Amino acid sequence: MTIQLIAFYLFASLAVLSGAVTILARNPVHSVLWLILAFFNAAGLMVLAGAEFIAMLLVIVYVGAVAVLFLFVVMMLDIDFAELRAGFIRNAPVGALIAVVLFGELLIGVGAYRAGALVLGTPDGSAATPAGVSNIEAIGALLYGRYLFLFEAAGVILLVAMIGAIVLTHRQRSDTRGQNVSRQVERRPDEATVNMQPEVGQGVSL
Amino acid sequence: MDWATSLRLTAAEELLSISGLVLLLVAAWSGDKASRAISIAAVAVLAAAAALTAPALCAGAMGAGTSAFFGQVSADSFAAFAKLLIYAASGATLMVAPAFFGRLGAMRAEFPILVLFAALGMGIMVSATDLIALYIGLELNSLSAYVLASFLRSDGRSAEAGLKYFVLGALASGILLYGMSLTYGFTGTTSFEGIRAALHGGLSMGAVFGITFMLAGLAFKISAVPFHMWTPDVYEGAPTPVTMFFASAPKVAAMALSMRVVLSAFGTAQGAWQPIVIFAAMASIVVGALGAIGQGNIKRLLAYSSINNVGFILIGLATGTPAGASAMLVYLAIYVAMTVGGFVAVLMLKDANGEPVEAIADLAGLSSERKVLAACLAMVMFSLAGIPPLFGFWGKFVVFQASVDAGLVPLAAIGIAASVIGAFYYLKVVKIMYFDEPAGKVVGKSGWEHQALLALSALFISPLGYLLTKWLGELADKAAAALFHLA
Repeated sequence: MTIQLIAFYLFASLAVLSGAVTILARNPVHSVLWLILAFFNAAGLMVLAGAEFIAMLLVIVYVGAVAVLFLFVVMMLDIDFAELRAGFIRNAPVGALIAVVLFGELLIGVGAYRAGALVLGTPDGSAATPAGVSNIEAIGALLYGRYLFLFEAAGVILLVAMIGAIVLTHRQRSDTRGQNVSRQVERRPDEATVNMQPEVGQGVSL
Repeated sequence: MDWATSLRLTAAEELLSISGLVLLLVAAWSGDKASRAISIAAVAVLAAAAALTAPALCAGAMGAGTSAFFGQVSADSFAAFAKLLIYAASGATLMVAPAFFGRLGAMRAEFPILVLFAALGMGIMVSATDLIALYIGLELNSLSAYVLASFLRSDGRSAEAGLKYFVLGALASGILLYGMSLTYGFTGTTSFEGIRAALHGGLSMGAVFGITFMLAGLAFKISAVPFHMWTPDVYEGAPTPVTMFFASAPKVAAMALSMRVVLSAFGTAQGAWQPIVIFAAMASIVVGALGAIGQGNIKRLLAYSSINNVGFILIGLATGTPAGASAMLVYLAIYVAMTVGGFVAVLMLKDANGEPVEAIADLAGLSSERKVLAACLAMVMFSLAGIPPLFGFWGKFVVFQASVDAGLVPLAAIGIAASVIGAFYYLKVVKIMYFDEPAGKVVGKSGWEHQALLALSALFISPLGYLLTKWLGELADKAAAALFHLA
């Protein structure tokens, strides 16, 4: 029990710390790296909560894809962060107002939940995790069993998105010359060079 | 439920997805020069899918035996009716598209494949009996539609249409999802049957919000007022064969989906959805009729006409009775024929260079130059206006009859009054074609497939169509019965 408690406080404090450094770091690349650390700690918390599937998703999707995408964007686009921060003091009252409103909504939401005014529906249990099965196995059994048809249909959606991106952006450019390796390899000296005897003053044709 | 039954019931969807993938490989290897052959193959695939679907409609399939994949989709006669209309409209699009894009040198082999995948998505939409199936079908169709709208990417208007459709469509999907999550939260299930049972007797505030948001999202997809703003711009900007597709197949799919959601899932909560549907019906009829009056572009005019027609179809939904649902299906079948006929006629309006003519003013005196084309276009216009000898009248008649039987006399009265306003702009087009000085612009010729499609739909909406009323009515009754078998 104590080891879990220690692990929780370790992950939680590191997550909060790296989250704070993410917004405080001056160098945007450092921010992204701290963000990745925050994701890892959140994944650790999820493992402690018994949601190992979400922990995997956090590592694979957020660290593996989203954070790397952020890193690419930060490194490839020339964003002047000093300029972005310039209006901070001027816009601070508006930001504070939004923060107060959001905090108020949180309080109201918690209050409404405590009051028990919401009568939510009860699931029929057909998608519940069976006892003694890890939730990765349970999700896999649902996706490839009960929801197989819709899972495959979702795959077709992704395929259509890919076709769409290619149809709308791919074009044969006539103003650039690409390298054609097989043509270069097939080239022979006798067809690459031509002996010519141009007439004086007539110029040459290329 | 066993897997073999589920696979057999969704045979049309499997055929569409597998042949879509195979044709995609063909397209990848043989390039754009094979696009005509792929279009022909895609039409054959759609015909085969229709042949797989038709028996369910003829047999009037309904109930537990049609439910596949743990009750997520249902291959009942209602789904079959809608699917046949969808496949027919998609096939018609594929027949006219190669000529249109070929002239611009923009025909791509991916076009028929996107239409196939859109048809697959629409098939899932109309047979969905679960919120997740509903959303996946809808997104598959929408995503293909966004790409199709901007298919002429070098044309600014087409790109604008695609972008507009994408942004507003994503917003509508978000609203729909929000409604779905509220509905799920307050009923505890995603299956339509479960939602129906959970909504029985007394609605919580959250469930009412869920129903309202879902109806708002669906209203966008069928372009019902007040979520219709995108329709004229997208219809005008998209390439004409794509506009024809948008006005026919996805509209049938979204309308059938709305019918199933409203009548089956929310069937026990009539008090929550009926005022919304009645408002959408009246507003669509009035806005569609008034908005069309000032339009100078025939595609925009047909866009407003489709908004107007959606209003009439929604009158049938507002009744919430099997007779109303059956009337909606009859109207939808006639509407698809009128839309295909109208847009094929628009595609055949070309000037001497083969450039499309879209301005209504340029149609002046069409009857003296292109007699048959002018006659067909005039028939479509009279039929859309619902003037008696033509078949368009029958659709309006059955819908009004259902609403009067259900006691919604004021709604029927407003509909009839607004259809008189609507008749004005349809007749204006006929007047310009028949009584104005010839402008001599429309001289280009079109291929046989245009003429065949136009002849077919003109024959269907002509007075000869009344020979089909009994047959069409029986099929629609069977389909509507499948929707109501729970009640």
